[in-house]
Amino acid sequence: MPDNNMTATASSPFVPSTISVARVMRTVIYALIPGVFIYIALFGWGVLTNILIVTLSALLFEWIMLLVRDRPVKVYLFDFSAIITAILLSLAIPPLAPWWLLVLGSFFAIVVAKHLYGGLGYNTFNPAMAAYAVLLISFPLEMSMWISPLSETSQSLNIIESFEYVLFQVLPINMQYDALTSATVLDYVRTELSTGKLLPEISRSPVFGYLAGKGFEWINLGFLLGGLWLLYKKIISWQIPMAILTGLGVSSLLGYVINPDIYANPLIHIMGGATILGAFFIATDPVTASTTPLGRVIYGAGIGFLTFAIRSWGGYPDGMAFAVLLMGMLVPLLDYYTAPKVYGERAR
Amino acid sequence: MKKLWTFKGGVKLAGFKKLSRPSVVKSLPLPKRVILPLRQHIGEPAEPIVEVGEKVYKGQVIATSKSFISASVHASTSGTVVEIEKHHIPHQSGVSELCIVIKTDGKDEWSPNIKPNQYPENLDADEIRVRIREAGIVGLGGAVFPSAAKLKPTRQIDTLIINGVECEPYITCDDALMQSCPDEIVQGVLLLRKLLNPLECIIAIEDNKPDAIEAIKGSIEKLREQGEGRVATIKVIAVPTVFPTGGEKQLIKVLTGKEVPKNGLPYEVGIVCLNVGTTAAIRNAIYQGTPLVSRYVTVTGSLAKQPANYEVLLGTPIDDVIQAAGNVSADNCAVIMGGPMMGQLLPHSQSPVVKATNCILLQEIRPDIHNNVMPCIRCGSCASACPMNLLPQQLYWHAREKSFQKLDHYNLTDCIECGCCSIVCPSKIPLVHYFRFAKSEMKDHEVNTKIAEQSRVRTQVREARLERIKREQEARKAQRKADRLKKKAAKQKSDKKALAG
Repeated sequence: MPDNNMTATASSPFVPSTISVARVMRTVIYALIPGVFIYIALFGWGVLTNILIVTLSALLFEWIMLLVRDRPVKVYLFDFSAIITAILLSLAIPPLAPWWLLVLGSFFAIVVAKHLYGGLGYNTFNPAMAAYAVLLISFPLEMSMWISPLSETSQSLNIIESFEYVLFQVLPINMQYDALTSATVLDYVRTELSTGKLLPEISRSPVFGYLAGKGFEWINLGFLLGGLWLLYKKIISWQIPMAILTGLGVSSLLGYVINPDIYANPLIHIMGGATILGAFFIATDPVTASTTPLGRVIYGAGIGFLTFAIRSWGGYPDGMAFAVLLMGMLVPLLDYYTAPKVYGERAR
Repeated sequence: MKKLWTFKGGVKLAGFKKLSRPSVVKSLPLPKRVILPLRQHIGEPAEPIVEVGEKVYKGQVIATSKSFISASVHASTSGTVVEIEKHHIPHQSGVSELCIVIKTDGKDEWSPNIKPNQYPENLDADEIRVRIREAGIVGLGGAVFPSAAKLKPTRQIDTLIINGVECEPYITCDDALMQSCPDEIVQGVLLLRKLLNPLECIIAIEDNKPDAIEAIKGSIEKLREQGEGRVATIKVIAVPTVFPTGGEKQLIKVLTGKEVPKNGLPYEVGIVCLNVGTTAAIRNAIYQGTPLVSRYVTVTGSLAKQPANYEVLLGTPIDDVIQAAGNVSADNCAVIMGGPMMGQLLPHSQSPVVKATNCILLQEIRPDIHNNVMPCIRCGSCASACPMNLLPQQLYWHAREKSFQKLDHYNLTDCIECGCCSIVCPSKIPLVHYFRFAKSEMKDHEVNTKIAEQSRVRTQVREARLERIKREQEARKAQRKADRLKKKAAKQKSDKKALAG
C-alpha cells in the first residue's frame, strides 16, 4: 500500500506543504527534553540507559521490519516515529531496568504493535503503551522496582556503573539494589491503603513532595512545559490533554470530596504518575487517537476517568497505559459518530 | 465598525501580490486570431449563429443559447470567422471543445449596434436583466456562473455582497480593476441595487489591499459629492487575509454569520454575491452597451519575465499573452490558469484566454511536491484547515477504497477543492487530487446506477407487459372456448327442439 508509487500529480494546489511527518515527530522529541533532563538530574543515569537501549534496539527492529516489509528504509527510519515510541516506552519503564526487559519491550512495540499492524499510520494501538502493558503483565516485579530520587539515598551509580548493572546485573561492592529503590507515590498510597491506613496519615510519608511524589512532581512539571509548547506550536490539539486532565481532575475531586481518607486528592492524581506525560505525549499520538474535535474530548475524558478508576479500584497503581489502550479501541466508533457538521448542514 | 464572523479552518499564505504591481494595467497588441470557445460558462454551451467566412465586428453576438443557464459569446475583435471547429480549451484535462476562430483584421472595429446608453438611470429592472443576459456576462471570479440567472431571486435579498477579496496568492487582477476602475464598480453596485433591493450592499476587500480599499472609498465619496445619495448604502469592508475568504460560502459567513444551506444557493438565505469584475462588466454593459469581450488577466509567477496585469481580449491564445509579457525565463515552466491553490495546470498553452482566466501563473514544474508521500498519521491538520468542516482524512481512506456510500456520508460533494488540506498535510498526501478523482468516480457511479436502475425498471415493465399480454390472450382463448361451448350447447338444444318439434 505504499503511496510513493502514485504517479506525480498535475493538479492543484501547486504549493508544497511546509510540514513533514519527520518535523512533527522531531518537535515532539524536543518537547520531551525538559522533562527527561530533570528526570536524569533527579534520578540518575538509569534513566539514560533506559532511553539509549530502547531507542537503539527500536531503530534496529524498525530497520529489520522495513527490510522485511520492503519499505523505503531511508524515508521511514528517519521519520523519528520509532524514536518517539522508544523514548515514551523507556520513560514508562523503571530506570536501571535490565537490558533484556528493555529490548523485549522495544521488540513488542516496534515489531508487534507497530509493523505487524501495518506500520506507521496503520497501528491500532499505541505501540509504546501496548509494549508497556505487556511488560507490566509479564514482569510485574521488574516493572515496579522504581529507584529513589538521588536526594533520598546516600548511594548512587555513575554512568559506567549504571551500564554495568543494566547489561551484566553487576553492582559495585557493598551496594544492594534494594537500597536504590523505593515506592512511587501512587504505589505507596495503594499499599498503605491496603494495610488499613488512611490518607491523612499516609501523606506524611517522605515519598510525598510539594505537589505529588517527591522528584516526580518536578519531572511532570518539565513534561507539562514541553506539552504546553507543543500546544503552542499546534503540533497537538488542546482537546485531548484538556479532556484528560478534566476527566481525571473531576473524578478524583469527586472521590476526594466524598471520602478524603481513601481517595487521593486531584493534585496527586494529576502531578503524580504518568498523567502529564500521558495527557500531552501519549494519548495525543495522532495515529491511535480520535481525530474529530468532539471525539477527542470524549476520548480524553474517557482516559481521564479510566485512569482514576484503575488507580482507585483496579489492580495497578497507575492506569494511564490501560486507559489509553481501552479508549483506543473506541476510536473508530468515536470518529464515526462525532463527525462535525459540515458548512451549511445546520442551515439546511 | 461592522461585526465580522470567522469561518472554521483556512490557512494563512504568503501573498506574492507585489510581483504583478496591481497599480498598473497594461494592454496587449491585437492577436492574429482569437479562439472563442462556445462554453466559457457553467451550463449549456452557446450555439454558433455565424458561418465560416462571415465578417464580424467587435461585440457582435456569434453564438447564443435559449437555455436559462447559459451565456452568449461575442466576437472580441473585428475580423473574419475562419473556423468553427474543436480546439483545446484551457482545462487541465486537455480536452477540446467547439470554438469559433476569428482571423482579426487589425481594425478592432466595434459593431455599429453597440451604442453607449444616454440614460442608464431610466432603464427598469427587467431591461437591465435582459441587457446583462445579452452581454454574455458570467461570474468573473472563476465560477463563471451566468450572472443574469443570479439576479432574479425569488425572495427578499438582505445583503448584496461584491467580492473583491481575491484571496489566492499571486493574483491581482481584481485589485488592479478596483484601483483603475473604482467608479465602474460603484456604478455597477448601484445598478445591482436596483435589481435586488437589498437592505445593505457590501464591497468586501482583503485587508492586504489598502490601495484598492482607498480607491473604492474615494469613488464612493466622489459620487456622494456629486449628489448621488444612494451610495450611502454601500459599505466597504476590509476582511482578514485568510485563504479562502474569497470563496463565496466563506465570505458570506465572514460578513453575515450565515451559512449557505448544504446543496443550496446564497439567495436562499437572502444573499447575492458577485465578483467586482462581474460588477464592472455589468456596469459597462448597461452604460456603454458593451458585451463581455475582454478581461483583466494577471501574468505572474517566479518564471514570468514581466509580471503585470493586462487587459486581454477573450480568445487571445495564452501563448500570445505569455510572449507579450516577456516570455518565460526557463524551459521547465508550468503554465497554470488561476492561482497556485486552485488553478489548473494547462497541458496546451495555445488554448485561449476565456471568461474564467483571471491569472496565468508561470512557475517551475515541481514534480517533487508529492515525492516521499508518507502514510496518513491521522493528525487531523487537514480537518482543522478545511473551510467546509469536512474530515479530509476520512474522505481520503474512502476515496482510496472507492466506497461511495461512505464518501457520501462524509459529504465529499461539499469539498470546494481549495487545497488547504493538501498544503498542511505532514505526510504530503495530494488529498485534493484524490477528492477530484473520487468525485468524478462518484458521478460515473451515479450515472451507471441510474442507467442500471432504468434498465431494471424497463425490464420489469416489459415483463409485466408480456405477462399481461399472455394473460389477456389466455383469457380471450378461454372466452372463445366458452363461447364455442355455449354455442354448441345452444345448437344442440335447438337441434333437439327441432327434432322434438
